[in-house]
Amino acid sequence: MDFKFSVGHGADVAVNYILDNFTPALDAIAAAIGFVTGGIQSLLVSTPPVAGIAILAALSLWRVGWKFAIFALLSLALIDHMGLWQGTMETLSLVLSATIIAVVIGIPAGIAMARSDRVASLLRPLLDLMQTMPAFVYLIPAAMFFGLGAVPGTIATVIFAMPPVVRLTNLGIRQVHSEFIEAGLAFGCTPSQLLLKVQLPNAMPSIMAGVNQTIMLSLSMVVISSMIGAGGLGNSVLTGIQRLDVGAGFEGGLAVVILAVILDRITQSFGKGSSGFLSFLAFRKASGRNQTGSSVRVPADDERRSAAA
Amino acid sequence: MPNHIENLKSNASKISKVSLSNVYKVFGHNSGHALEMAHAGRSKSEIHASTGCTIGVDDASFDIMDGETFVIMGLSGSGKSTLLRLLNRLIEPTSGSIEIDGRDITNMSKRELIELRRRDMSMVFQSFALLPNRNVLNNAAFGLEVAGVGEAERTGKALAALDAVGLKAYAQSRPDELSGGMKQRVGLARALASEPTILLMDEAFSALDPLIRAEMQDELMRLQGENSRTIIFVSHDLDEAMRIGDRICIMQHGKVVQVGTPDEIVSKPANDYVRSFFRNVDVSQVFKAGDIARNSQLTIIDRQGVSVAATLEQMEHSGRDVAIVVGRDRKYHGMISQDALIEKVKAKVAEPYRNAFVEDVEPIAAGESVSNVLGRVAESRWPVPVVDDQGRYVGSISKSSLLETLYRAG
Ligand SMILES: Nc1ncnc2c1ncn2[C@@H]1O[C@H](COP(=O)(O)OP(=O)(O)OP(=O)(O)O)[C@@H](O)[C@H]1O
Ligand SMILES: [Mg+2]
Repeated sequence: MDFKFSVGHGADVAVNYILDNFTPALDAIAAAIGFVTGGIQSLLVSTPPVAGIAILAALSLWRVGWKFAIFALLSLALIDHMGLWQGTMETLSLVLSATIIAVVIGIPAGIAMARSDRVASLLRPLLDLMQTMPAFVYLIPAAMFFGLGAVPGTIATVIFAMPPVVRLTNLGIRQVHSEFIEAGLAFGCTPSQLLLKVQLPNAMPSIMAGVNQTIMLSLSMVVISSMIGAGGLGNSVLTGIQRLDVGAGFEGGLAVVILAVILDRITQSFGKGSSGFLSFLAFRKASGRNQTGSSVRVPADDERRSAAA
Repeated sequence: MPNHIENLKSNASKISKVSLSNVYKVFGHNSGHALEMAHAGRSKSEIHASTGCTIGVDDASFDIMDGETFVIMGLSGSGKSTLLRLLNRLIEPTSGSIEIDGRDITNMSKRELIELRRRDMSMVFQSFALLPNRNVLNNAAFGLEVAGVGEAERTGKALAALDAVGLKAYAQSRPDELSGGMKQRVGLARALASEPTILLMDEAFSALDPLIRAEMQDELMRLQGENSRTIIFVSHDLDEAMRIGDRICIMQHGKVVQVGTPDEIVSKPANDYVRSFFRNVDVSQVFKAGDIARNSQLTIIDRQGVSVAATLEQMEHSGRDVAIVVGRDRKYHGMISQDALIEKVKAKVAEPYRNAFVEDVEPIAAGESVSNVLGRVAESRWPVPVVDDQGRYVGSISKSSLLETLYRAG
């Protein structure tokens, strides 16, 4: 490396190099992400506010309880009253698509970390970097690679919001009680059966906690990424700042907070209520008695894992 | 007639099912050096002090017979769980060979090992290890599911296994809705569903309270009587070991110090460590009524046309005041006294046997521990008959045979 280059200059050169040589690949990524984001966005935005409010309130009633459902109903009606319904739905669709992408990449990455100490020690600094780098920094390369709009906004959001789901997937799998691992192995599980039938189901509460945190981080990032034209509630906040319009900024901020509270409570209920992966997928009603996996846990010792590998 | 308890307990044949020779397990790095020291006969603590390695199992060599209930006993940290896990290679042996049905498992490939675990062996755990995300049925079917058995077949087999442990009605319950004893029944059903030939049980009943624990031991023995497998059972409880074990293996600091039948171990303990297990043991707790029942009473089979005169003659001849009346299926009917029988015959009563039963004699269950029946035997005028759980006559306990037992063991 030539030390006359400053670090910043190096990053610059790298970005330009990628732009010059990988444009087709970048376009493909943009198309794929655009497909997910666009699909979700057009679905949510085209849903009439009354229907949207009814669906979210019903979800709150089912997963959380009637008091919270009333809160959801009133607060969403307030958003609509403030004229921010469309922005809220744009934001929600960005959050959902970023979360989907983060989960699709993050859970396998977490699994890989749990299964190999080497992968874990490689990924850990990368995760630290992703989490501690100021969120604005992602906006610049995202905008350079993918232009302005929802796609670079989603990508910047994914990078910023993915670490918790990776970390908590890894942690959840490593903390599955060694007797469960032993039971799986003693009955003749292959490594992949062990993962699917024993480790993932038992790590589900932890993974869901990761998903919940990823959603919350996406929401905070989505506001920032409106600076590169991602749209949504961030626009209201941004306009408020630019025009020093406290009212507009406050309304936008309030809508973000309401969305955050509703998303948080609903997603938390999935982590708490059902410890089973399948029951989660099947959206079965959780019974509060189910264990949350908080019992004493001993990481499987290497001896036993090597028998599995 | 062979001793009843022997019948119940032992299905052991003379064929070796599991055979260990010079098996060592060293935990830790630099195990080579530690292994050399172990070969040279250095003790666990010496080896730990100089290499930092822990000897889990130190030169184990013994055979476990087909159909046998083999109990591994020892104090905490003596290597019981390690030894058990070497048998299905949940823990890899450091050296030595372990043969199952004549095949050395220590050099099996991963694939062969998985096959072996699916087909031949299963395991029951101290804290049950039921998967919380599955209902009871799917827990019981777990081994079959993993082995790729089709849904219909595995449900059928899992239900049959649940039925065998009396939990068929709970098939749809979730594990956390069950009591400890019920959970372990599910654990047992899960282990039995794949019809393994070897059952590995690590302190399977230790987490249960004493009553449930005894019940589970009986359950295991009953299942074993119906369909025999080789059971390898880790326990730190002598009463449990005596109760269910055909043979007991005693471990100390990773070494196998003695392998023998409960009787051999009580009567010829290999060293003070083994003896120390028995020091506080109350023999009347260890022995069951069935163990000390003698078949020394006169038995009469109650059937059509049996001659009362001949019976009286027989009693007279052998100098007995009483005799045991059993059915053709050896089911216990009652105890008759000579006096009562003569009286009934004189009075020309129909069915003289039935009417001549001694009234205050109630049979004792074979599984009852001797300590529980001391009082009844002591108070009874006659020897007390003992019956098995199907009501068949096993033998009787007289005051003198009881005293003899307590004296010999004490
Ligand atoms: N994974 C491991 N790593 C290092 N040492 C171990 C490991 N597992 C067991 N040991 C050691 O091996 C020895 C035997 O342990 P083991 O668990 O087999 O004992 P145990 O007889 O089953 O005891 P307990 O009655 O407490 O269950 C102990 O000294 C223990 O510290
Ligand atoms: Mg143990």
